[in-house]
Amino acid sequence: MTDNSDNILVRAQGVDKVFKRGSEEIHVLGGLDLEIPRGEFLALMGPSGSGKSTLLNLVGGLDRPSEGVVEVGGKRIDKLSERKLAAWRARHVGLVFQFYNLMPVLSALKNVELPLLLTRLSKAERKKRANVALDIVGLAHRAGHYPRQLSGGEQQRTGIARAIVTDPTLLLCDEPTGDLDRKSGDEILDLLQALNQEQGKTIIMVTHDIHAAERATRTLYLNKGRLSTEPVD
Amino acid sequence: MFNWFSQVISVIGFSIRSIPQRKGSSIAALLGIAGVVAVMVGVLSIAQGIARTMESSAGGDNAVVLRSGSDTEMMSGLGGDEARIIGEAPGIARDDSGTLASPELFVIINLPMRTTGTDANVPLRGVLSQAPKIRNDFKIVDGRMFEWGLNEVIVGSGATEQFTGLEIGSSIEVGQEQWPVVGIFEAGGGVAESEIWVDASVLQSAYRRGNSYQSVYAKLTAPAAFDEFRDNLTSDPRLNVKAMRETDYYAAQSEMVYNLITGLGTLIAVIMGLGAIFGALNTMYTAVSARTREIATLRALGFHSGPVIISVLSESLLLACMGGLIGAALAWLAFDGFRTATLNWSSFSAITFSFDVNFSLLLQGIVFALVIGLVGGLFPAVRAARQPVAHALREL
Repeated sequence: MTDNSDNILVRAQGVDKVFKRGSEEIHVLGGLDLEIPRGEFLALMGPSGSGKSTLLNLVGGLDRPSEGVVEVGGKRIDKLSERKLAAWRARHVGLVFQFYNLMPVLSALKNVELPLLLTRLSKAERKKRANVALDIVGLAHRAGHYPRQLSGGEQQRTGIARAIVTDPTLLLCDEPTGDLDRKSGDEILDLLQALNQEQGKTIIMVTHDIHAAERATRTLYLNKGRLSTEPVD
Repeated sequence: MFNWFSQVISVIGFSIRSIPQRKGSSIAALLGIAGVVAVMVGVLSIAQGIARTMESSAGGDNAVVLRSGSDTEMMSGLGGDEARIIGEAPGIARDDSGTLASPELFVIINLPMRTTGTDANVPLRGVLSQAPKIRNDFKIVDGRMFEWGLNEVIVGSGATEQFTGLEIGSSIEVGQEQWPVVGIFEAGGGVAESEIWVDASVLQSAYRRGNSYQSVYAKLTAPAAFDEFRDNLTSDPRLNVKAMRETDYYAAQSEMVYNLITGLGTLIAVIMGLGAIFGALNTMYTAVSARTREIATLRALGFHSGPVIISVLSESLLLACMGGLIGAALAWLAFDGFRTATLNWSSFSAITFSFDVNFSLLLQGIVFALVIGLVGGLFPAVRAARQPVAHALREL
């Protein structure tokens, strides 16, 4: 049991999340429990508004639960201050967004280098690591291109390179193929799968696409703030 | 803290490099601020110009003597004997022709202004032969000096620019007589350049003033000689006069109009500045709104809110600074050295002066622009930094 417990990277216990809209309270997550072992590639599915992205934000330290505990790598993150949480994210979390969220004024290389500005690395070392990350995603030849000069798939690969450049503990992907055609989407999924299988990255991916979810090692379904292993109609 | 500065520099870099994506609203804010600064510097340069003209008039070692109780030459009156006693007081410098003291008369005549064609008051000063030696840098620049004893006049360069009928060869009407203009003079940019000069004895008889004057201008042996000069005059039982340093006299003369224009200029600048602040606020809220994704992404990646605030403020300050520089340059190009005339309320006569856009005014204008930029950027910056990251990412 102990071994199994140590192997758990993400643990959420009794997590509630309530949003307030005026006087109305919207319960997005209610009493949610979740454990994700290291090295897992977890797909989170569910209808719109079911709380998938909210759960991803809580695990990634982008938001705090209204109730409950969120631990990542044995560290409780739900009580951290804004500043500490920002530093924790920079160190432990890689984020991949549906719409890539690249800086339009920066080249692919500079975009990938961005999270490294939050480290003590030298300029030369930052550049070297950013080039390695771009190489991993197969975009070394596009390093000097700006986002507007890249296709959607290339932009998302740049986004993934940015997410992995700091060698984070956890890779969080919010609809990473949601804005891409099937072919580009498959390339992104190939890449995520390779990162999981070859480099042992723990990945949580929110998706609407059953085809994408099939690449994951486990799929969980969220409905009305509750998790299940089976899809709910 | 170790990477705080690199964060700040990077985030400011994105901010500034992304300005071209919002060039419409950025240019509008920039031009708004430029306009405010140009108007502010322009109006304040009027006050500076008047003050400079007054300062140029005054020599540090010059004194003016008026009848006790009068603040201006218009209100003063001195008998010929009094003027003679004053002219021989200790402390006054001498040359071969005697003491450098000039009893003078001061009357006002009406002449049409070149710009509007309407009549305005022009000072007509009766002087003695020592008067040019007492003024700063007096020189005849065209024509010649009037002949002593004749009803000829010479005209200051400022007066001839601002009023019609003061060219060499034309004449001014005094009573029933026509007095020909025979020369144009300069006096180091001072008040005298707004005046018409004539022999004091000619003016005395034309205005039936007998042997009286209104003031005595004197050049002292040194600025330090003033106290002795003044004490001597005020303790003399034959005299009922007051002596002032010429610098103090002109400072008092220009004070009212200087304060009025400075006050008005500041008021206009503040009102326009408020408008520009709203312009800057609007621009920066738009900028923050357009950059919501960028800012939220940076913060999601782990960038702190401090650098985000500084980046928004930097963008606002950069736009304001550019606006300020453009406005200051416009004001300098449009106004500096522009000559015009206004009423000197102390003498009720026109004073010719040049707008003076000096370095200190330009600096004031740029600082004012930066204040507009700071206030206009602060609220949007705080908003950008306070927006919850998850919420901001969801809004995309």
